[in-house]
Amino acid sequence: MRVTLKLYASLSDYLPDEAKRTNEWPMDVADGTTVGELIARHQLPSRLVHLVLVNGHYVPPAGRDARVLAADDVLAIWPPVAGG
Amino acid sequence: MAWTRKILRVNLTDRTCTSEPLNMEWARDYLGQRGLATKYLASEIDPKVDPLSPDNKIIWATGPLTGTMASTGGRYSVVTKGPLTGAIACSNSGGYFGAELKFAGWDMVIIEGRASSPVYLSIENGKAELRDASHLWGKTVWETEGQIKAEHQDPQVRVSCIGRAGENGVLYAGIINDLHRAAGRSGVGAVAGSKNLKAIAVRGTLGVGNIANPKEFMKVTFEKKKILKENAVTGQGLPTYGTQVLMNVINEIGAMPTRNHKDVQFEGARKISAEAMHEPRETDGKAQLVNNQACFGCTIACGRISKIDATHFSVVNSPKYWGASGGLEYEAAWALGCANGVDDIEALQYANMLCNEDGFDPISYGATIGAVMELYEMGVLTKEEIGIEAPFGSAKALTYMTEITARSEGFGKVIGLGSKRLCEKYGHPELSMSVKGQEFPAYDARGVQGMGLTYATSNRGACHLRSYTISSEVLGIPVKTDPLTTEGKPALVKAFQDATAVVDSSGLCVFTTFAWALSDIQPQLQAACEGDWSMEKLDLMGERIWNLERQFNNDAGFTRKDDDLPPRLKTEGAKVGPAKGMVSGIDKMIPEYYELRGWDKEGRLTAETVARLGL
Repeated sequence: MRVTLKLYASLSDYLPDEAKRTNEWPMDVADGTTVGELIARHQLPSRLVHLVLVNGHYVPPAGRDARVLAADDVLAIWPPVAGG
Repeated sequence: MAWTRKILRVNLTDRTCTSEPLNMEWARDYLGQRGLATKYLASEIDPKVDPLSPDNKIIWATGPLTGTMASTGGRYSVVTKGPLTGAIACSNSGGYFGAELKFAGWDMVIIEGRASSPVYLSIENGKAELRDASHLWGKTVWETEGQIKAEHQDPQVRVSCIGRAGENGVLYAGIINDLHRAAGRSGVGAVAGSKNLKAIAVRGTLGVGNIANPKEFMKVTFEKKKILKENAVTGQGLPTYGTQVLMNVINEIGAMPTRNHKDVQFEGARKISAEAMHEPRETDGKAQLVNNQACFGCTIACGRISKIDATHFSVVNSPKYWGASGGLEYEAAWALGCANGVDDIEALQYANMLCNEDGFDPISYGATIGAVMELYEMGVLTKEEIGIEAPFGSAKALTYMTEITARSEGFGKVIGLGSKRLCEKYGHPELSMSVKGQEFPAYDARGVQGMGLTYATSNRGACHLRSYTISSEVLGIPVKTDPLTTEGKPALVKAFQDATAVVDSSGLCVFTTFAWALSDIQPQLQAACEGDWSMEKLDLMGERIWNLERQFNNDAGFTRKDDDLPPRLKTEGAKVGPAKGMVSGIDKMIPEYYELRGWDKEGRLTAETVARLGL
């Protein structure tokens, strides 16, 4: 199934070149893939995986391994950031 | 003590400058800057006064940590009754002006009356005098600062001044220092303009040598700087990406006010984000962002310094805009971009530069343009009236309207009234996205429920900086709360409001609170200031400051009905995203908030609250 991984701020470095100008990385994953598995697969450093959203909804650290992705889901991740 | 214990009182009508002792009893109850200046203002003016009359006063105020070695200790506030809202106005700025005022030996400058002709205030340590500013009237902020430095033959003079927007009574005109640091909101610049006061120029060489316990202060400020450095947000995130990193975050959660709050996600957000500012442009191969910048004493350095694309239509014939300049920050990029549907980042930077150059608030301005574009698309406003076709998304319309607002020409005069008056003038008051007449910043109250209460109850009109619950509701600082629920938000908002009131009165920047708790600021105050500065005292002080502002507003005529949001946010559900179908639960939150505050059902302080806080 197709999902989209979005990586922002310093996590942009983990995107392939063709995705760097959009921060969006569409990819095919097996049914049943979890948020935690996708993070591990792309070797995203845990200190940079801070704000994790699926379709805009927050996924707390303790829930990432259990959160199964569905087709067309958008997983967006930020390192610790703030502004205002 | 970290105060200089001296106030400079300037009467523009009589053209006198006098020194008087700081009321130390008040300083112990209101600390400095925002709190203490509000105490002076509330004690000296009638809250019902016309903000643009000579009877209003305007105060430049530092905090006890301004000018010290505490990280971010360079802040000052401008406090007055605001013309945009008719409420208390308090705008806070960084840069280097605040520290310089302290170095000159002054905690505060209180300006009263009105000069018969343009003047500026020159301060050199203990010497203060009013000087003719006729030759500066009509000049921009940038021209004014340059000319004053040249006339004083001293490039280290710090200038806090108005541009043409303040002179022309743009109701959201700001006061700018160091070219692009702004006491931006609520129209404090229009008050200065109404008094024929063009600028305050200050040179101070006295330093800040009156710290209560210098050894302890050095130790504790060093420790606290270490926390800022080691924290991922203040040590890496903010210096690298600035506030603009929020653009994609807020868009992703579906809380991005777009096209005058008609939508909650902006399809062009990525193109105007921090990530875009870092990328090489196709035209010249250079990134818009040049580097980051710090204000006085700041070890975070979140400021953005950028260079616009010199081939962009807005500046191709104006080389003066090709150099490095301040921006874009998130709030400005949102207001000039998402609020209008404009995704041309170079156009946003140009409009942002004009806001700095002529001194007006990009948040209120951009949000007003959002209302203009909606009225244009409805056929209420026409090309003939505005001077250009102005549909949502038009970068040309945005830049044109920014130019005529800066110069107060034609329709620019109407834009300068702000969205509330503009929308009322054209028969659609419901389209002004504002509270108490001040426009919203960059978070939709349907997708972040706590921010709705923040806006509705902010003492200076809609504002994010009075209780930035985004920290908790979105970013998880200090703890993550659910942005979509109203439950627990009255207590959260009150806690943020009270703590922020203390930070804003100390001389420090509120951005430190992404890493520091109030308990990290407390030992710095304790070491710098004589007397008791316990957490209990600070907690009570924050509440006292908030209630003093509220009392001023109540006395000015504000009631329960003014603590409300526009109908759009209460009746039109968010179209997409996590908040799809949701409206703001403001009516549910207000009664609980009033109860927590110790106010009656009409939002007035009860006698018990007044007594408890010693008001």
